Amino acid sequence: MNLHEYQGKQILNSFGVDIQRGYVAQTPQEAVEVAKKLTDETGTSWYVIKAQVHAGGRGKGGGVKLAKGIEHVEEVAGQIIGMDLVTPQTSAEGKHVHQVLVAEDVYYPGDSEPSEIYMSVLLNRATGKNMIMYSTEGGMDIETVAEKTPHLIFTEEIDPSVGILPFQARRVAFNLGLEGKAFKEMTKFVTALYTAYEKSDSSLFEINPVLKTSDDRIIAVDAKVTLDDNALYRHKDYAEMRDLREENATEVEARAKGLNYVDLDGNVGCMVNGAGLAMATMDLIKQAGGEPANFLDVGGTADAERVESAFKLILKDPKVKAILVNIFGGIVRCDRVAQGIVDAYKNIGEIKVPIIVRLQGTNADIAKELIDNSGLNVHSVIQFQEAADKVQEVLS
Amino acid sequence: MSVLVNKDSKIIVQGFTGSEGTFHASQMIEYGTNVVGGVTPGKGGQTHLDKPVFNTVSEAVDKTGADTTIIFVPPAFAADAIMEAADSGIKVIITITEGIPVADMIKVNNYIKNKNCRLVGPNCPGVITPEEAKVGIMPGFVFKKGNVGLVSKSGTLTYEAADQVVKQGLGITTAIGIGGDPIIGTTTKEALELLINDDETKCVVMIGEIGGQLEADAAKWYKESGSKKPVVGFIAGETAPAGRTMGHAGAIVGGSEDTAAAKKKIMREHGIHVVDSPAEIGKKVAEVLA
Repeated sequence: MNLHEYQGKQILNSFGVDIQRGYVAQTPQEAVEVAKKLTDETGTSWYVIKAQVHAGGRGKGGGVKLAKGIEHVEEVAGQIIGMDLVTPQTSAEGKHVHQVLVAEDVYYPGDSEPSEIYMSVLLNRATGKNMIMYSTEGGMDIETVAEKTPHLIFTEEIDPSVGILPFQARRVAFNLGLEGKAFKEMTKFVTALYTAYEKSDSSLFEINPVLKTSDDRIIAVDAKVTLDDNALYRHKDYAEMRDLREENATEVEARAKGLNYVDLDGNVGCMVNGAGLAMATMDLIKQAGGEPANFLDVGGTADAERVESAFKLILKDPKVKAILVNIFGGIVRCDRVAQGIVDAYKNIGEIKVPIIVRLQGTNADIAKELIDNSGLNVHSVIQFQEAADKVQEVLS
Repeated sequence: MSVLVNKDSKIIVQGFTGSEGTFHASQMIEYGTNVVGGVTPGKGGQTHLDKPVFNTVSEAVDKTGADTTIIFVPPAFAADAIMEAADSGIKVIITITEGIPVADMIKVNNYIKNKNCRLVGPNCPGVITPEEAKVGIMPGFVFKKGNVGLVSKSGTLTYEAADQVVKQGLGITTAIGIGGDPIIGTTTKEALELLINDDETKCVVMIGEIGGQLEADAAKWYKESGSKKPVVGFIAGETAPAGRTMGHAGAIVGGSEDTAAAKKKIMREHGIHVVDSPAEIGKKVAEVLA
């Protein structure tokens, strides 16, 4: 589950990670109120107004702006709230901005030059351990840094039995070329950051940039936080942070019905039991000349109710020209799935696109007979290849 | 020969009396699997499916000589169940449970590394050696006995592949479902190694999906091993978009090296017979064995 910047910062700060302070606002008027409050607390007189959407590259699309004085806050916030923000990570339509974060200015002048650092915490799948990845090249796209100057990216792997150790925190600060107060602050920062990652059951922290300020403080200026969905049961307060407005409406509906669904752009919908077979079915659709319209795993039971919900989800998409159902009946018998399909079809009423049903496994032949005799506009096949051929046939 | 499980395996079921455990344990027993008992804390001393129930794994091992376990414990308690099995001297720990937090699996991984055991899964369909032992949730009838080994991250795609192999008049030595989570006990490479080193196995089908480096590691090992046994490969997820999790928690394209195309390229370069269509796995196996 992805969080907004302001939510991620809240979590970080609750574990003692220093952050760029700020308050979220839903309207330009509210932005002015929280800006005043922020000045009282921090003394800042400039404000960074940032769109709160689940996408990176917000600055490039005009979603992050500086207000040089309280008198500009309402206007700047007004420009951002309500816009459809297009960034390199969104679709061409962009993401609608419902709220902004009004944050203190942290690039103020002082005794030393401010500098930007990149830092992330994530799982190293190859070793099964968490690692901290960091670079002196903050504020840039890390993929670009990895490509152009890979020697400037460092990693620190954490031993799960002891957690982050003091020498590791020091090594991070040394590799970043920090000295004096900034060095000490960084060892505290990285230790708190890793602790926050572990305690919050996150699967990704990306802090870009971490800022060394002109007075040698180390703070998180941005925060991309992804939580482990499987661990949300341990963090009810975080689970409540989910912002459904940021997610695809069909995917939200699917999740509520216990279906695993990912919306795609193609013209052939599919409904499959099992994630691996579902991906293989999508691949087969492509090879047959179509494009998958979705990923949909109906799970092990595939009864009439689930099949009906799945059909309804797929049919919401006007681009869908055909639906391929691919069920490998193991423990669940094919004839029962077939009955589910027939019942669902009748309950929904007329379905205007052709449906190809491939049922393989226990009682596959009885299932085929059941569908063939139903009088519905459903093509029934048993072999995987036949399903592909049939998709090709109905698309042409 | 076979790998991991056979007719002599003494198998216990953790989460024995729960609904999942009960259903699949009875299917396993019906298949002829040597289930010697089960564990449900607090229900020790009872009998379930005509088998003894124990409070702890160590007690089950003492009383039955169990060497293999299958775990159906809910996700919040599954990591503990795996570590209990490892601590009690179980040699093969097969974990079906889906949805275990990654942080718990990091702990498990670290805990079991110096124990003398092998973890398979989690989030997997289990392991089957046809006509000997079904230690999993797969439909047993699909897997006919033969000399093709199978390793896969997926459940139903494994059944699909096995079915295609059987329809070619061939059969399976052992099918290993390694699971689709970001952290799993037995890797693709380790499962492939077990099967390549098995005398009875003449060919291996290796099925992977987007995300991670497991298939690439397996392919590199295969070439280095110099094995003459043919390996047929398929990677699911050619059409999956980057950055999205496709059902399995581990099935996510993170960079340019864990896409289906990149994996297939590496596998081909290391001598694996890769099919692009999931409908051609069986045909390819028959072809390379001919």
